[in-house]
Amino acid sequence: MALDSKIPKGPIADKWTNYKNHINLVNPANKRNIDVIVVGTGLAGGSAAATLAELGYNVKAFCFQDSPRRAHSIAAQGGINAAKNYQGDGDSTYRLFYDTVKGGDYRSREANVYRLAEVSANIIDQCVAQGVPFAREYGGLLDNRSFGGVLVSRTFYAAGQTGQQLLLGAYSAMNRQIGRGKIKMYNRHEMLDVVVVNGKARGIITRNLITGEIERHSAHAVVLGTGGYGNVFFLSTNAMGSNVTAAWKAHKRGAYFANPCYTQIHPTCIPVSGDHQSKLTLMSESLRNDGRIWVPKHMKDVEAIRNRTLMPKDLKEEDRDYYLERRYPAFGNLVPRDVASRAAKERCDAGFGVNATGEAVFLDFASAIQRYGKEQATVRHLDVNDADLVKKLGQEVVKNKYGNLFQMYEKIVDQDPYNTPMMIYPAVHYTMGGIWVDYNLMTTVPGLYCIGEANFSDHGANRLGASALMQGLADGYFVLPYTIGDYLADDIRTGKIPTDSKEFDEAEKNVRDQINHLINNKGTHSVDHFHKKLGKIMWNKVGMARNVQGLTEAIQEIKELRAEFWKDVKVPGTNDEYNDELAKAGRVADYLELGELFAKDALHREESCGGHFREDAVELDGEQKGEAKRDDEHFAYVAAWEYKGEPSDAVLHKEELEFKDIELKQRSYK
Amino acid sequence: MNLTLKIWRQKNANDKGGLVDYKVSDVSPDMSFLEMLDVLNEDLINKDEEPVAFDHDCREGICGMCSLYINGEAHGPDRGITTCQLHMRMFKDGDTIYIEPFRAAAFPVIKDLIVDRTSMDRIQHAGGFISVNTSGNTIDANAIPINKHDADTAFDSATCIGCGACVASCKNSSAMLFVSAKVSQFALLPQGKIEATDRVLNMVKQMDEEGFGNCTNTGACEVECPKGISLENIARMNREYLKASLKG
Repeated sequence: MALDSKIPKGPIADKWTNYKNHINLVNPANKRNIDVIVVGTGLAGGSAAATLAELGYNVKAFCFQDSPRRAHSIAAQGGINAAKNYQGDGDSTYRLFYDTVKGGDYRSREANVYRLAEVSANIIDQCVAQGVPFAREYGGLLDNRSFGGVLVSRTFYAAGQTGQQLLLGAYSAMNRQIGRGKIKMYNRHEMLDVVVVNGKARGIITRNLITGEIERHSAHAVVLGTGGYGNVFFLSTNAMGSNVTAAWKAHKRGAYFANPCYTQIHPTCIPVSGDHQSKLTLMSESLRNDGRIWVPKHMKDVEAIRNRTLMPKDLKEEDRDYYLERRYPAFGNLVPRDVASRAAKERCDAGFGVNATGEAVFLDFASAIQRYGKEQATVRHLDVNDADLVKKLGQEVVKNKYGNLFQMYEKIVDQDPYNTPMMIYPAVHYTMGGIWVDYNLMTTVPGLYCIGEANFSDHGANRLGASALMQGLADGYFVLPYTIGDYLADDIRTGKIPTDSKEFDEAEKNVRDQINHLINNKGTHSVDHFHKKLGKIMWNKVGMARNVQGLTEAIQEIKELRAEFWKDVKVPGTNDEYNDELAKAGRVADYLELGELFAKDALHREESCGGHFREDAVELDGEQKGEAKRDDEHFAYVAAWEYKGEPSDAVLHKEELEFKDIELKQRSYK
Repeated sequence: MNLTLKIWRQKNANDKGGLVDYKVSDVSPDMSFLEMLDVLNEDLINKDEEPVAFDHDCREGICGMCSLYINGEAHGPDRGITTCQLHMRMFKDGDTIYIEPFRAAAFPVIKDLIVDRTSMDRIQHAGGFISVNTSGNTIDANAIPINKHDADTAFDSATCIGCGACVASCKNSSAMLFVSAKVSQFALLPQGKIEATDRVLNMVKQMDEEGFGNCTNTGACEVECPKGISLENIARMNREYLKASLKG
């Protein structure tokens, strides 16, 4: 099947408006006869479910957590971008569009990104109307801050809990519709298959996680807002339950999977402390507004810091290497995430890591504390030369801005970041790749939609900070509700979709067979044993720097591990009760397939772009020496993979990317 | 370190349940409490025993899913954190630790340490929202200036993670802190004023129907709240309720 992105004709700034003016609409009376399933209740799924219900559709919403409010969007810290230009610093829809395409290393679809930038301002209006308490200035207007990869302040925030506040906004909109009976909410339900009837997505199979019951649910369209697949690495900043299962089952039913190798390794996370570690914790990128990243210049100081004979704060300025400021003077500590992560790895690989494992760099607030302290002392007419006073005043300002993050750090690491620099290291955070969708956010299966992090479309090969929240809410509040109407307009005479068809029978049997196999396997190793092994392969060979040999080995090792998993996994308990091990086993089974496709995609993409860095594709000389080398001539396309039974048999389909409104050029943050 | 755990095991909602003893060894002080339970579960699986069921998800203190009652305190001995943020450095070698679910009539046990907290969701369905449809045509966000102090106070109330520690800590199993946090958030914002009367009446009514107890101002909820939600919220809700009752 040839990929048709269905991008509307006309100038980029008019596409979305023209599109909306010409789509089919469903009248309010007919909407009452149409059912839509939404899987996932994060920013994308939650906002979509609420908006579709407001429009009049009958919505069934599903989440695996005990409440829709717990979806992992809740953990997003830093903020949400919007082209409001409230700061008058030159921002515009075009500039947000440009920054996002450039930040994504020219691997996203222009038309989708422009639409995203266009609706971004509406999101802020909508959220404020819902009562989301964004940070404000003393004059009562909304405050903004700056994020990596841009030169304006367009990020709206609510302390370090922006994701929480936005998700609770979407949750409240859902609650209103649940109360009205327009959304039927299914908590603690996991989607285990998509049902395709006559070529159209018409339902899903779920497992009730409390009773183990396998259930059939039908609808006229199915929407997946099921998040990313970072947990394929075992250790990531994702929640423990975050998984690829819904997306992967959709892939197996015909939805192409695009750019699986585009993964964001976030530069500022708390380093791994030991083998018991179950997850990694992010320290918001907003900290890079005020924190300076460094390692010692000299090996002797590195060693002294490691064996604690030297306190990091006592190392002289001239003996520190602020490597981001050194390498990228224009953007300094605010380079995009992929660049910052690789730079940290480069220093640690060279031996300059500052903790016992050698995998940590410092994020230091001392100069911000000084700067803010002096400012406060001046404002309050106090003595700017009183070092203790300045420090105290400065710490108060920093606490006000980042207090919850500093507390989180202190609880985990047991060190006080107000007095000694934080130790940070990159960790898997976000996946830009995902289910392929067209301009309508429809997958290659008619009637099956994919929104938010679960799809691939807006962030190219690297996502800029504060853009995930923007995309999730844009898709759910402002894009999908239009595009899905155009499709459902043909379904007004269809009537209820029956669940007793042979397609539902087959899908349910499929689900039951897998569950029975897992329960009856009675192997010798736990699910986590295999998940950890997979994570190690992924991190070591498909992580921050990739090469042909490592990727080839990874593909083979994952294949072997998958075979071993099916032979030897041990799942205790039964299928008709609450059984977390069984739920985990199903998720890991899918990760073991996705992981291989991920490595295959990384192997085929013989260029470096965004989060995908190939050691054999770097600039060899000139000003950009050592930086990633993109190959637009051969790889300016979306790699969309079609499932053919085994990940290794997946067939590649290319969507060529056209850049009509932005000139393709090398990213430079120097 | 080596520890003795006394863990509540309960097969399902109908089972009587009881405490069972377990030993864990080689626990590192850098482990989180839940990572310690992961180690125990791995051990149980290897011994062909059933692992302990407990709720958890984000493991960074924000989703509100984890809900353990440890040595008689919701989220354990440390302050201002959830169970997943509790680290083993809070305990000593040789300690005995009691681990139970959050208990309340409105939180029936599902299995072991997992309880059903959908009663809290139902209170939110009754009025925890501002009735504004998504349209793209709402007024510009800066057309509603809000006093910074009010915005910050509303934010503080809005940081409630809905974990239920307040309910579990209260001798009356009252949900007043949880409900008042949402009522306060909207009472402090101009956007929330329009539906203020119905909101507080409906949410309180639902709270009573779910079987949560009354508030007798003991303040245990505030002490155990991982997000520091203040008792002032309860006072504000009582004022809102009185105002609404007189009106309505």
